[in-house]
Amino acid sequence: MPVWLWIPAGLGALVLTLPFAALLIRLDWAAVPAAVSSPEALQALGLSLSTAALATAVCVLLGVPLALVIARSTGPLAAVLRTLTTLPLVLPPLVGGIALLSLLGRNGLFGGALGVLGIRIPFTTAAVVIAQVFVALPFLVISVEGALRAVGTGHESVAASLGARPLTVFRRVTLPLAAPGLVAGAVLCFARAMGEFGATALFAGNAPGVTRTMPLAIYTAFNGAGVREDTAIALSLLLIVVAVAVLLLMRGWRADAVR
Amino acid sequence: MSAIRPLAAVVLTIGLFAATGCTASAPAEPTATASDELSGELTIFAAASLSQAFDELAADFERLHPDLDVRPISYDGSSVLATQLIEGAQADVFASADEKNLAKVADAGLADAGEPFATNVLQIAVAPGNPKGIETLADLAHPGLTVFVCAAEVPCGSAARTLLDTAGVALTPASEEQNVTAVLSKVRSGEADAGLVYATDVRAAGDAVTGVDIEGADAATNVYPIVELAGAQNPDAAQAFVAFVQSDAGRKVLERLGFGAP
Repeated sequence: MPVWLWIPAGLGALVLTLPFAALLIRLDWAAVPAAVSSPEALQALGLSLSTAALATAVCVLLGVPLALVIARSTGPLAAVLRTLTTLPLVLPPLVGGIALLSLLGRNGLFGGALGVLGIRIPFTTAAVVIAQVFVALPFLVISVEGALRAVGTGHESVAASLGARPLTVFRRVTLPLAAPGLVAGAVLCFARAMGEFGATALFAGNAPGVTRTMPLAIYTAFNGAGVREDTAIALSLLLIVVAVAVLLLMRGWRADAVR
Repeated sequence: MSAIRPLAAVVLTIGLFAATGCTASAPAEPTATASDELSGELTIFAAASLSQAFDELAADFERLHPDLDVRPISYDGSSVLATQLIEGAQADVFASADEKNLAKVADAGLADAGEPFATNVLQIAVAPGNPKGIETLADLAHPGLTVFVCAAEVPCGSAARTLLDTAGVALTPASEEQNVTAVLSKVRSGEADAGLVYATDVRAAGDAVTGVDIEGADAATNVYPIVELAGAQNPDAAQAFVAFVQSDAGRKVLERLGFGAP
């Protein structure tokens, strides 16, 4: 590697880390314990953790089959499915929020019918989970699909030729082989759900205790409504710590898998 | 003979219910005790500029009605709250910082016109002691000043637009925020040299900012209406809270925080 590449590489690393360093410097450390243990902060953290966990579970249930279908499809179908899966990844989450409202909102495609049945989804905790699933599902699908493609279908064919039924092959061969991708995908999915803001803000709103997750609590605190800016910075720190922990956990797990 | 009396009573009772159109579940309690029976939860959506006032009012209201639980109030720009309500957010009471955003909710069939309960005017919020020497709206257009205002859709933004247009000031704000507290927090943190916010916000911020009066601010006085929402889960409590905000006790809290009479 040419030695001079260290310069842009170093600058790149600075671009990514300096803002967080500045945040830590600005932080009033003495006030952190009070800020992150305030009832509002704990409520937001609890809501974020529980909704993100639920969203991850839904993503695993829906994402693994979808990943399998994409991995085993060929030609245009695979391309179309993969493109659709990637869409929420590249679009601003705000677009996802508007799309979800168009579907389930009061005047949405299904919203009206659900309303007649007395079911209201937008601006509830369920809406938070749905928004998180919408933005986090691609991470799981892409991760699992990559793992499935990498291991190929050889083992499955052998198992099937030995008389294993499709369900047995799926349970005993496909899933264990895709496990590293599944765990990595689930962890990423959880981290993304924890950080979800845009779609949640539009589709779920910002009601304390109901839909105010950590990102919305940070936004609210920063804008000064109710809480203070220091709280926003302290809450940001808390979210960064959780994200780093989650990512480290995944790295550790991957290292184990390689070994 | 004795068997006829209960039968007569039943017939009489049925006849009475049929005549009054009453159902067995409708209690005939006197209204005087109704206010003491408020229970359940009350969900309030209120303009960001009301946050301090409504936190106090909600606490007072809860003290009056121990069985009632006022949920943490959702504060944001009135237009954000109006959009959420129109899109299906569930609330019992909506307090807007202007009549325009309440009208949007009313037009969607979710409330009636509401009743005005307070007024507010704009001030220029600057750093403590006014280091940049900002005295008039025209000073805000000075190049090199970073000025924040509310977006035009939000009441404080539409009032700001009216005042700036009237004064003939062409201002290019550094950012247009979705609620008034967002503008105030930019001034507090020093990111903005000046911001157009309500006089009540400046007052609530204490020593953190200084307020500069705007000549002719009355021309863009915001009238705050409050309304019980049509889909209220707790209509009794909603009605009682709306009345409480307009009562002498409610007015006293609002006056102390700098809000004008409607």
